[in-house]
Amino acid sequence: MELMVNGKMLETTANISVVELLNQKNVESPDMVSVEINGRILSREKFNLTKLQEKDQVEFLYFMGGG
Amino acid sequence: MDYTDDQLERYSRHIILRDVGVEGQMKISKAKVLVIGAGGLGSPALLYLAAAGVGTIGIADGDVVDLSNLQRQVIHATQDINTPKIISAKRKINNLNLDVNVVTYEEMLNSQNITRIIEEYDFIIDGTDNFPAKFLVNDACIFSKKPFSHAGILQFFGQTITVVPGESTCYRCIFHKPPPLDVVPSCAQAGVIGVIAGVIGTLQANEAMKFILEKGNLITNRLLTFDALESKFRDLPIKKNPECPVCGEKPVITELMDYEQAACKIGTK
Repeated sequence: MELMVNGKMLETTANISVVELLNQKNVESPDMVSVEINGRILSREKFNLTKLQEKDQVEFLYFMGGG
Repeated sequence: MDYTDDQLERYSRHIILRDVGVEGQMKISKAKVLVIGAGGLGSPALLYLAAAGVGTIGIADGDVVDLSNLQRQVIHATQDINTPKIISAKRKINNLNLDVNVVTYEEMLNSQNITRIIEEYDFIIDGTDNFPAKFLVNDACIFSKKPFSHAGILQFFGQTITVVPGESTCYRCIFHKPPPLDVVPSCAQAGVIGVIAGVIGTLQANEAMKFILEKGNLITNRLLTFDALESKFRDLPIKKNPECPVCGEKPVITELMDYEQAACKIGTK
């Protein structure tokens, strides 16, 4: 299926979970990011169980502590 | 209050702007903006706000200038090494524009002192360099209903969002709590390109200007990210989170807290 991940189209297997997508995109740790799906923040406890749907827009929002 | 001829000339490029004028410049002259952290983000923010003639600028920082700061903290100079940042920054602002009343707080903000300080200001700029401080600024501004500009930078990346408490998405709506220690590197550990501080800190000053002038659209309900390698901005709409622990429907955070994570652990430079 097709997803938009960080603004770019990505072809993935159907029913991929958020955690699987994080792995596939080489995000070192799920703790490094917040995940937004279609404009809404997904709570961290739901990363494992949430399956993505065709055309979902997914953003990985990285913690940045510098200033 | 009336402007002198020198002031009219100093601010002439603002005054001829249709969306500023003498009236807008007067708003700037009466405004009070607090910049927390006189570092990478705070440096350009402070310089632009001072040049613009913001009437009162507060600076809160408990650090001294370090040689490794000078690659990006452009308000400080080589001769300022070992000088408190608030002193160094105040000196530069005074050199630039004596119209500005500079108020300094030589302290790291914590749950005990932050509310007293932010209460004095119209708009807050978060230029802090660690997660406990960023969450503290968010919560304090939410509780005190102070609009503020959040930003974070790392390596070649930066992001910023403006929060209008009660109305728009807050920092905790996006990032519920600080990440576990050592999962996310600090600038001291992972590096930061100097100019990203300039890009993002300048955007923060622009937020203060728009807020003061009541013009344009603030960066609310969206996270603006910048990739300095690609030179690309992305504007990500983010809805206010009903599950937000501080501004959601059932807030679980109802008072300020100091995260134990020591600031030095996640970088103070």
